[in-house]
Amino acid sequence: MSVDPLLAIRGLTVSFAGRSGTLLPAVRGVDLTVGQGEVLGLVGESGSGKSATMMAVMGLLPAAAMAGGSALLRGEELIGRPERFLRKVRGKRIGMIFQDPMTALDPLLTVGDQIAEAIRVHDRSTGRHAAFERAVELLSAVSIPSPRQRARQYPHEFSGGMRQRVVIATAIANDPELLIADEPTTALDVTIQAQIMELLQRLCAERRMGLVLVTHDLGVVAGVADDVAVMYAGRVVEHGRVGDTLREPRHPYTRSLLASLPRVDRRVQMLTAIAGAPPSLGALPSGCAFHPRCPLSLEICRHQDPPAREVGHSRAACHRAEDVPALMPLHGAAL
Amino acid sequence: MSDVPLQAARRMALPSWATAPVVAGGAIALFWVVTLFTVHWWAPYDPTALAGMRFSPPSAEFWLGTDALGRDVLSRSLYGVRQSLPIAVAVIASSVVIGALLGALAGYIGGLADELVMRAADVTLSFPPILLAMAVTAALGPGLRNAAIAMVIVWWPIYARLMRAQVLSIREREHVEAAIASGATPSRVLFRHILPLCWSPIIVNATMDFGQIVLLAASLSFIGLGAVPPTPEWGQMISEGALHFYRWWIAAGPGMAILTVVLAFNFLGDGLRDVLDPRSR
Repeated sequence: MSVDPLLAIRGLTVSFAGRSGTLLPAVRGVDLTVGQGEVLGLVGESGSGKSATMMAVMGLLPAAAMAGGSALLRGEELIGRPERFLRKVRGKRIGMIFQDPMTALDPLLTVGDQIAEAIRVHDRSTGRHAAFERAVELLSAVSIPSPRQRARQYPHEFSGGMRQRVVIATAIANDPELLIADEPTTALDVTIQAQIMELLQRLCAERRMGLVLVTHDLGVVAGVADDVAVMYAGRVVEHGRVGDTLREPRHPYTRSLLASLPRVDRRVQMLTAIAGAPPSLGALPSGCAFHPRCPLSLEICRHQDPPAREVGHSRAACHRAEDVPALMPLHGAAL
Repeated sequence: MSDVPLQAARRMALPSWATAPVVAGGAIALFWVVTLFTVHWWAPYDPTALAGMRFSPPSAEFWLGTDALGRDVLSRSLYGVRQSLPIAVAVIASSVVIGALLGALAGYIGGLADELVMRAADVTLSFPPILLAMAVTAALGPGLRNAAIAMVIVWWPIYARLMRAQVLSIREREHVEAAIASGATPSRVLFRHILPLCWSPIIVNATMDFGQIVLLAASLSFIGLGAVPPTPEWGQMISEGALHFYRWWIAAGPGMAILTVVLAFNFLGDGLRDVLDPRSR
């Protein structure tokens, strides 16, 4: 394909300045691609660097963090660009959905005004009235009943699920090409989660938007995403189409994650956990960062960080990717 | 319906903020504000007229007696509000505007701007307010106008500190990050999404400080740096009364005036805080 992909992240690094001048590597060379209208599930434990990766793309990293590498939005570099440039990208070409809808809305502005403001930030030629009308349309697009009345209400008059719909309406207000949703359903009730995911999926399909879904919920990824990328200690350890990757993961970490999911169809005495704890950024293990917790680790894993390579259906960063399916059988389909 | 009497009772009950001190404070403050605008219609005497004998003790004719020149103390005490309240309003308003703006910028921009503003505030706050106000007024020359300028110089750092702390805490809220993520410019983020949420402690403090400013203005006049005779000003009247200590009524009128104003605004400030910032109760 000669057309630039919607989002192409190449060799992205993010380091936080720690105490006494040390650099803590939060993201260590991430490669990701999101196509137009595609949903990428970005999975990993807390601290695996998934949020930092997306914050780097938005240029929203705190001042103490440094980003390197490259992130191209339709071929246009986003890393290291000045604020003036990034401001025109944020909200206009990339919409962002935050985790907690209870705090992501301005408590002193009506919902309609907030959406209208998101529009007018990027298009001063839209009048107040026109922007408000557009906000009403957007509220109806995210399936909020009686949008005209609701637009005049304040966030505290909305339930959590409804607020998240408002946050989504704000994010899509300027018809962005890409949506980044940082754990959009973590703060919501399970029943509401499904509705919100359905809504996101529908909007992305209707508007041909790409979606990066940052989450630690493999179930959500399996249901919604086209691609999945699993992050561990700042690297993408496995990346592939959702169906293939989750059916036959090539990285022991992905396998362990799947194995640790509780099963509905079987009673278990204890949930399977991955032994050990994720490494701290200040003291990453030598070689493969997962080797201290990996049941399959060999001598080479201790010395050499495995590069990502095509194995089977996915790209995995594991020395033993070929052997993983045989050595770590998944007992039936977990998802 | 069984809950009708309950509703009626609830409607008749005073709201929870209407405690005795707040109601009393409000009534006194209202009295002084009304006096400020109407005193010339109903005060018993002209405040500068030599209305009677010198040093007349309180009587039916002169309720609070007369001073060393035979002027009516009650009238002068009432007229004194025309000096004190406008000055306090002007000083508080200027201090809030200057302090809040500098504090907001210091908190939001940080770095060098923060250092400059906050160190200036520290230096100012390291002096006792009355001392610094005296020094500045003395340097500028006596007079109510200069006293007011001096008080603004003394008072702005309080609001700068408050505002900076508020901005630092509000800017960490997720809705601010959301606004940035939607492409808002820094000034838009500050003025539209941060500042509107920062005002409640400022309003509470400004109300509480109101009495303090009245007192400080009177103090400056007392030592001769503020109002110039024959202007009826509370501090200046008390200082005249101090010369004739055993003619107690000369200082009693303005003293009561200062006492009631300071008390009233402290009560009001307390009530406001309970309403605006329920956590600090």
